[in-house]
Amino acid sequence: MRYLPTTPREQKDMLATIGVSSIEDLLVRVPAKARLSRPLALPPALAEMDLVRHLRAMAAKNADADSTVCFLGAGSYDHDTPSPINHLVLRGEFFTAYTPYQPEASQGTLRTIYEYQTMIAELYGMDVANASMYDGASSLAEAALMAHAVTGRTDFVLARGVNPLYRRVVATYVDGPGLKLREAAAPDGIADPDAVRKLVGGKTAAVIVQSPNFYGCLENVRALAEIAHAAGALLIVAADPINLGVLEAPGNLGADIVVGEGQGLGVPMSFGGPNLGVFAARKELVRRIPGRLVGATVDLEGARGFVLTLQTREQHIRRAKATSNICTNVALCALMATIYLSTVGKQGLVRVGALSTAKAHYAAERLTKIPGVSLRFPAPFFKEFLLKLPKSPERVVAKLAKQGILAGVPLRDHDRTLRDCLLVAVTEKRTREEIDRFVLALEQAVA
Amino acid sequence: MERQGTRAYDKLIFEISSPGRIAYSLPDSDVPERPLGELLPREQLRAKPAELPEVSEFDIVRHYSRLSQMNYGVDTHFYPLGSCTMKYNPKINEDMARLAGFGRLHPMTPAASAQGALQLMYDLGLALAEISGMDAVSLQPAAGAQGELSGVLMIRAYHRSRGEKRTKVLIPDSAHGTNPASTALAGYEVIEVKSDAEGAVDLGDLERHLGPDVAAFMITVPNTLGNFEPRVVEIAELCHAKGAQVYMDGANLNAILGITRPGDLGFDVCHFNLHKTFTTPHGGGGPGSGPVGIKAHLEPFLPTPVIVKQDDTYGFDWKRPKSIGKLQAFWGNFGMLVRAYTYIRTMGADGLRRVSENAVLNANYIMKRLEAHYDVAAPGPCMHECVLSARRQKKLGVTAMDVAKRLLDLGFYAPSTYFPMIVEEALMIEPTETESKETLDAFCDAMIQIARETETDPRVIHAAPLTTPVRRLDQTRAAREPALRWSRPAGP
Repeated sequence: MRYLPTTPREQKDMLATIGVSSIEDLLVRVPAKARLSRPLALPPALAEMDLVRHLRAMAAKNADADSTVCFLGAGSYDHDTPSPINHLVLRGEFFTAYTPYQPEASQGTLRTIYEYQTMIAELYGMDVANASMYDGASSLAEAALMAHAVTGRTDFVLARGVNPLYRRVVATYVDGPGLKLREAAAPDGIADPDAVRKLVGGKTAAVIVQSPNFYGCLENVRALAEIAHAAGALLIVAADPINLGVLEAPGNLGADIVVGEGQGLGVPMSFGGPNLGVFAARKELVRRIPGRLVGATVDLEGARGFVLTLQTREQHIRRAKATSNICTNVALCALMATIYLSTVGKQGLVRVGALSTAKAHYAAERLTKIPGVSLRFPAPFFKEFLLKLPKSPERVVAKLAKQGILAGVPLRDHDRTLRDCLLVAVTEKRTREEIDRFVLALEQAVA
Repeated sequence: MERQGTRAYDKLIFEISSPGRIAYSLPDSDVPERPLGELLPREQLRAKPAELPEVSEFDIVRHYSRLSQMNYGVDTHFYPLGSCTMKYNPKINEDMARLAGFGRLHPMTPAASAQGALQLMYDLGLALAEISGMDAVSLQPAAGAQGELSGVLMIRAYHRSRGEKRTKVLIPDSAHGTNPASTALAGYEVIEVKSDAEGAVDLGDLERHLGPDVAAFMITVPNTLGNFEPRVVEIAELCHAKGAQVYMDGANLNAILGITRPGDLGFDVCHFNLHKTFTTPHGGGGPGSGPVGIKAHLEPFLPTPVIVKQDDTYGFDWKRPKSIGKLQAFWGNFGMLVRAYTYIRTMGADGLRRVSENAVLNANYIMKRLEAHYDVAAPGPCMHECVLSARRQKKLGVTAMDVAKRLLDLGFYAPSTYFPMIVEEALMIEPTETESKETLDAFCDAMIQIARETETDPRVIHAAPLTTPVRRLDQTRAAREPALRWSRPAGP
């Protein structure tokens, strides 16, 4: 049978060696009353060619970013993926390896993680990055828990501009320890420093902000850092690393912990997962960092080597007192990001950011010339912006989907006050022709 | 000593960087480009460019190809890593996950335009529910530990909805570290329950702790000694009688597919590790996928959104006021779900049952072949893995870690060592069903050789590994003087 190499004859030999007559004899400890007395009720097994046909038919029902023009963002972006990434991550030595617990036989993985940590720390302007978390949202939640552990304080000021899906995840994670979230309004698309100052106090563990935020707008990170620090709180910034060829590193603006979604760095969108949770902090906080860390050391001949280190923070050693429960992370996605950042390189990342910005602003300019369509917020934006539409965004989206255009994300489900808005993202991949087609289609849809 | 072969390469990508070298081409802008300073506030623009590598595409391909050769993977080496189920990762799974309709699908695509993806998720949920005997499954948790967190949070929400304030969760001393860590994260006090000499739950100790303040008992089946918990049904009944929920850590599900089901054993919650049982690759540490299955009374508390089917249309149900909330931004590690679905459809019910039968056969075969040479932690028959102890070898100066390092030289990855913690010098061996008898024999021969060397020539063991890219590494130095990122050496 497929994937099962042992033939009936070999089974017989093995049973003889063990000294039993059947596999059933090996299952005697499973209580008879709990044995399943029927076959599992699953759809029948398929031969490979039938299976491929079946899955292709399912895949064909989805409007993917190859067969449509994608202006969707909200935490996942259609950035370009250079070809070598897929070829290299498919090498079985990377792809089928386990967590590098035996470092001598895992130097490949350990070195790539070390490179990854270096690149992320550099982009974020932080001292230390970990080996990855699940995704941007859980990374942000873990940052909140870390700030609580560092400061001993129990409250957070969470900017309204943080992705609402992230805010839900943070709420889930802080519920166990009983921590409180206070929301700072964003009437003009970004957090109002005076509103934040009023919410911050002696119990505040951290101010949490995303920049560019969910609406695509740039937050005044430096001002928020000053407010947080004046109250003895930390500043946590969520930032998409792919934007940081162009935008200033959050660490240089006063952040203490920087997290983000690294999917744009060569990780497939894959309907939202697996993604790449990025996590970095100042070095004073290193012993409170969640997740794995790779460090450099030497072997007994003095040669350079790499190991998982500071493991006494982790669950397999510290159990209930660990800094986090995370074990499996997303190492392979971190490898994709490492190869991505090596490929685009120092110059390329700047161009990716500049092109995305130029195209997003071109799109916004054209779209807001349509009667009744305007930018919802005045604050400067990067590659994503919020449009106010004169007609139901859901209906507009459905109409454009029929023309092969994924127009954007309607916000009704995430924020009732923005139910007339559409969130539009434009990456370096979108061409002028695609943008013009989108403008024309939207114009007709709202006319 | 001159380093040769894979040992000769000692570069990081930064160290092969050369200013001005590029690996990537972008088209010229086809829209009017204005200076960034006109579009964005100047103080928000990066003052100093990020120091990323400047290399050619071929530099990259050769560098990462060479680094990959410094790894042992399942594709190249037998990986008897207990509790990790390092089975073959079918290539067809990768092809299917990379179909544009899956791999290039944006998570915010309107449900009407993502029916195939939602159907796959819905059907996978049904299949996992059937395999586990549970009533519903959430595919959202990103890995086993997140599955645990969701499961424990659902238990907490359940007790709260009944107006009960329970503050403790009981966990055996043989448990995976994530169990106590996830439980503590969910706000519970963790109480350790003793195991007996064979790794089974000490029922007396369990009963002693099982008070009205206990929310749940969390247990791995088969347990971490590779044995099926003989009184598991009674344990579940005992817990339920005291109002506690019973959680099964499904890390070892590979032992029981089609043989018994967590739901039938009395469990209220169990999580799956798709990267163990259902062949999604480990990727050097992840991504995984940790769906969580529950009985009907916990359904109101499932993470949002829930994938629903109405007539023949699939969609998201967000209106779940009692939900524990969200675990990650989107819907789950979908790429892993495609792989697991592909695998389940490849195997079918009969195939999955044979998976477990062969996994159990292989583990017992290894245990039998090695029982004269190493101490066995608990008498067999075992399930899908067996735990040996190197305590006999330790008396001669060879530890479990030494055995592990020597195995690397003999062409095998190592078993899990020093886990479970209740076994001295533990060597936890999980061969999985996808390894042939020849491989198992070669591994057993190597283990027997090491046992013999312990008595005749322990120096060769202590010197190991010699064939790997580096020799034993100084862990103490790594922890004492953490060097967690590369920096350019001060130049002349």
